[in-house]
Amino acid sequence: MAKFQGIDYYKLDDHFSEEELMVRDMVRNFVENEVLPDIEEHHKEGTFQKDLIPKMAELGLYGANLPEKYGCANLNNVAYGLIMQELERGDSGVRSFASVQGALVMYPIYEYGSEEQRQEWLPKLASGEAIGCFGLTEPDFGSNPGGMKTKAVEDGDSYVLNGAKMWITNGTISDIAIVWAKLDGVVRGFIVPTDTDGFSAPEMKGKFSLRASVTSELVMDDVRIPKENILPNGEGLRGPLGCLTQARYGIAWGALGSAMATYETALNYAKERIQFDKPIASFQLVQDKLVTMATEITKGQLLAYHLGRNKDEGKMRHQMVSMAKMNNVKVALDTARVAREVLGANGILDEYPVIRHMMNLESVYTYEGTHDIHRLIIGADITGIEAFK
Amino acid sequence: MNILVCVKQVPDTETKVKIGDDGKSIDEADVNFVLNPYDEFGVEEALQLKEAVGGEVTVLSVGPESATSAMRTSLAMGADKGVRLNAEDVRLKDSFSIATALANAIQSLEYDVVFCGKKAVDGDNHQVGPMLATLLDIPCVSTVTSLEFDGASFTAFRDVEGGKETYTGELPALFTTDKGLNEPRYAALKGIMQAKKKPIDVSDAEFPAEDSLVVESMELPPESPPGKIVGEDADAVPELVRLLKEEAKVL
Repeated sequence: MAKFQGIDYYKLDDHFSEEELMVRDMVRNFVENEVLPDIEEHHKEGTFQKDLIPKMAELGLYGANLPEKYGCANLNNVAYGLIMQELERGDSGVRSFASVQGALVMYPIYEYGSEEQRQEWLPKLASGEAIGCFGLTEPDFGSNPGGMKTKAVEDGDSYVLNGAKMWITNGTISDIAIVWAKLDGVVRGFIVPTDTDGFSAPEMKGKFSLRASVTSELVMDDVRIPKENILPNGEGLRGPLGCLTQARYGIAWGALGSAMATYETALNYAKERIQFDKPIASFQLVQDKLVTMATEITKGQLLAYHLGRNKDEGKMRHQMVSMAKMNNVKVALDTARVAREVLGANGILDEYPVIRHMMNLESVYTYEGTHDIHRLIIGADITGIEAFK
Repeated sequence: MNILVCVKQVPDTETKVKIGDDGKSIDEADVNFVLNPYDEFGVEEALQLKEAVGGEVTVLSVGPESATSAMRTSLAMGADKGVRLNAEDVRLKDSFSIATALANAIQSLEYDVVFCGKKAVDGDNHQVGPMLATLLDIPCVSTVTSLEFDGASFTAFRDVEGGKETYTGELPALFTTDKGLNEPRYAALKGIMQAKKKPIDVSDAEFPAEDSLVVESMELPPESPPGKIVGEDADAVPELVRLLKEEAKVL
């Protein structure tokens, strides 16, 4: 099959710097050569492609927008976004791995951690020597994390943590967990080594989505950690929500990669599939589908691009991230579903990437702030009235 | 060790080529340019050699400013510096002119090893490397698939029809690189970030007074006629054989 060339209907490439394009093309080649050949097998088996962990580390893909002094590449946010786009063109699970490691584990240590914590953990996380996960969501508290039951109690020179987290990407394969728990009623972040007594992270089975990614529960039963493992800066929900803003930013770009993969598949298929003696791409109903996909992807690209430039200029508001995450994931999901239609019965086979992306996106639509919650965040922003309180 | 790698920026092989208005060159609008894949083997081999024995890797390219991006890719992979021999009309130049411009620049550099891709995937000439070696008056082994160095001596291996040839010689020498020599590395993000800080010297390319070859015209191959299905089962075989004999004339 022809090499993926991306979609650039609006000449956006002219607005990316040489460096940004070089980063994108490098990750694109990486995904082509290292992710795509094995991804269907891992999807089928329900396993994460672990050999990617050191390979992505070597390229510097974890926490790529963090400073060099911690072993990171200090990229701007547009280049970072392009990395996420290309990884998710491969698979949402692969992008999720890098997103969690960078935006949900390295970022909180960088943003809310002490200098000692940064020095200790960031280089190890950047090099893939340590893997991390992020524990916020609980079985009974998803969209409303403020209600969390997980508690930390001070005891001498330790904190003792009790509680359970759910839907935790990378949990079972992690060396550390960033766990959010209430200390005297206030949400705080803790660095919890996963080999601490009382900590376990069983993998969740039975997923029809993100099958090539590890999803776990975190169970903490009197987990005792040293006091210096608390993240000193960032009290209350603004800590975890700040991390989620970073991760959602990456998802806004990542979703475009997935949409490009399914659109490209549908376009190629429609041009080659002959019915009634001509390619199905020559039928108006099919063209309508393809045009909608191309238009929505292009609009999504403009959102992500401007969001990225705003972020680099310090003008990004978290509500803007909500809009891009909400819109672009919906675009990707709709694109995948319609691509499945274009492929007809072939659309349900894993010979094509479409059904895998489609099922993955059902998770992406819901995680890191559901589609509906993002609508309400924007709703609250433009009306001044919070609908979820 | 001083290692030189000659690189060329070429259209991505996936590009759908259109002939330009002059009828002699391709229309470069909407063309995605990349580092010539055979040159990438040269860059990788140079980096491995540098990592083994120390030294410096310099990439050279003849071309306009837009050719810089192929050089940046090489620098991002780990090359130390670049030399660009400025020429606007590089696509109209023949191989000998390019080799001469490179030789003129290389004369004033110190070098032990020169790598060139065995060919550029656009012109497909296979000429610049051997011509450059001749102009520099150094030994040349073309299309190498394996290389060993021992001090100032080298052993080079190349695939030939049904077997393998082994050459030995002394440096300085030039090698044209073929697929199989190595697996080029990805440019890591740190390399990409450092690449823009690495120096690229620019000077005007010194070509011979005239090109010995001039492109007169360029045209796309004729569209291949549509395929024909002569039948579906064994009954179709006689007709297929007849067509292969009489129309396609391949039997």
